[in-house]
Amino acid sequence: MTSLIQPGEAEALLQAAINGELPDERGRFGPFGGRYVPETLVPAFERLEAGVREHLHDPQFQAEYQRELREWVGRPTALTHAPRLSERWGADVWLKREDLAHTGAHKINNAIGQALLAKRLGVERVIAETGAGQHGVASAAACARVGLPCAVYMGAVDIERQAPNVDRMRRLGAEVIAVESGDKTLRAAIDEALRKWVTDPAGIYYLLGSAVGAHPYPYLVRELQSVIGRESREQMIEQAGGLPDAAFACVGGGSNAIGLFYPLLGDDIELIGVEAGGTGSGLGQNAATLATGTPGVLQGSYTMILQDGDGQVQETHSISAGLDYSGVGPEHALLQATGRVRYVAASDGDALAALEELCETEGILTALETSHAYVAAREWAKENPGKRLLIGNSGRGDKDMPTLTKFPVKVRGHASA
Amino acid sequence: MQAHERITAAIRAANEAGRTGLVPFVTAGYPEPKDFIGTLQAVAAVGDVVEVGIPFSDPMADGMTIQRSSFEALQKGVSLAWIFDELEKAGGFDAPLVMMSYLNPLLAFGYEKLADRALETGVCGFIVPDLPFEESEEIRTVLEGRGLGLIQLVTPATPDDRLAMLCDASRGFVYAVTITGITGGDAGLPDDLAGYLDKVSSVAGIPVCAGFGIRAAGDVAAVGAHAAGAIVGSALVEVLERGEDPTGFLNSLR
Repeated sequence: MTSLIQPGEAEALLQAAINGELPDERGRFGPFGGRYVPETLVPAFERLEAGVREHLHDPQFQAEYQRELREWVGRPTALTHAPRLSERWGADVWLKREDLAHTGAHKINNAIGQALLAKRLGVERVIAETGAGQHGVASAAACARVGLPCAVYMGAVDIERQAPNVDRMRRLGAEVIAVESGDKTLRAAIDEALRKWVTDPAGIYYLLGSAVGAHPYPYLVRELQSVIGRESREQMIEQAGGLPDAAFACVGGGSNAIGLFYPLLGDDIELIGVEAGGTGSGLGQNAATLATGTPGVLQGSYTMILQDGDGQVQETHSISAGLDYSGVGPEHALLQATGRVRYVAASDGDALAALEELCETEGILTALETSHAYVAAREWAKENPGKRLLIGNSGRGDKDMPTLTKFPVKVRGHASA
Repeated sequence: MQAHERITAAIRAANEAGRTGLVPFVTAGYPEPKDFIGTLQAVAAVGDVVEVGIPFSDPMADGMTIQRSSFEALQKGVSLAWIFDELEKAGGFDAPLVMMSYLNPLLAFGYEKLADRALETGVCGFIVPDLPFEESEEIRTVLEGRGLGLIQLVTPATPDDRLAMLCDASRGFVYAVTITGITGGDAGLPDDLAGYLDKVSSVAGIPVCAGFGIRAAGDVAAVGAHAAGAIVGSALVEVLERGEDPTGFLNSLR
């Protein structure tokens, strides 16, 4: 992997990342990223890029965005000390509570930002893709908020296993379109949304949900999610008395992780991204793209992907639909290659156990995606006793009840027993 | 003659014979891998240039027909290496071949090896639908260094300055996408098709072949009045899917 970056280049690239110089003009994070899209979509991407350049850092746009984050999303989200978990782990554990944001996950930070941008660009309608349904729900809500019609592409398999979120999207006014092509999950939904965008690139805004895909999406989504890391930084100093020794986030496409990590890159903090280890290390048994993948081009970006020797992208497995993706954001590929962030995998079983432990110790039902971060944090705490940890609690687990119901609750000595 | 010049010459020869160049597309190994070479020979006997589609797991620019054929071919074990081996065994075709592939299978195969195998098997050029010009330098350098063509696509939404750049960079022919959409659509050809194709043809120094939405003789004639060639993909794949004779269908387009 590191062979993609010349010796000595890693430090300069990392410094460029810290200084906010990446992506470069071609949408590259070192060797990763870029824009591999059909010619039919080139004008649409150029229009989007120009729109991002014009509006994203415009003071008026930012004022509007910040007001929506404050008054509608409910930011800043809390930083919660976890005393009972800390005692168990022998560490000082802090949780950044994105589960408390409107619609229940960090996804809304990006969705409302892009919906405001879509409005400014004067499009007629918005399309989005979704896997677990969290980004679909966030997009439906954000589009209702700004007054734009929204259609959400969702794999037929995911529609089946995420029925409550499908109903939420529809109630929020979105049209949910079942994707019957490909693997009928998130990857197919992205392909289908791109196919739809091609038919009317000027009238449609494609509201992509993660820090993946062709430039400028990885940049745009990072900018909108970085509020997580900026708030965490301030809150840690204020509430915990200093920055953490290590920070953890789960990684599927990687939007919550880049949002947490990006503002912390220049600090002396160990950063650890946790992918879905699924049921094993074989191809198809997990979604641990950075831990087990190889570089290639998927859905517009040169990044780490799960593929076979012929360059065919492989299906993934994870207990959490939100991490079930064969690619990953290109900036994570760079952060891995430079050694700044370490990426590890947590298994389905360990994630379930972590979810249960957090319920028991802190009264927080976290998302199955987020549970993966706790697995790695716990292991790190064991090896580094007495240290201060920050965990990105990216979403709440209410949506996972249909899955969780299949696993019996461990008896914990209830008061009535 | 360099390999990409064979593509250009084949289209021009058709035009000189008073015909619109016919460029049929087949998904390699579909519907049955064992019939691949036989189908290709039949198609190459009628077509002036033949596009061989390399199956890919994420065909984002394609509609349902090509998606379906692509997934089925993959499930039956079709790979780029297998395709080259089969082409080599066949020992040549009546028409120059062009490979249509998304970038990742080519990247995984390796560009140098790709050029080697192409030259050994009668493949004269490549169409890479998810590779815009800005990202194409690396593969273009390798292919052009070996005389192989990288065919550029243009669309009705392509601005004039970009159109000039893409026509200039294209080798073999210029692929003019007729509609803003994906392959296999049933929306028909757009009303302003003539003006668009005339414009591309006037800018390009090599033949222009129009593709997307060309399904019948009337479409070929409509395109042929304003472009050097017509590309027929999904409609032919549907013929193969139904187990019908590709020769009869292709002759009916003339």
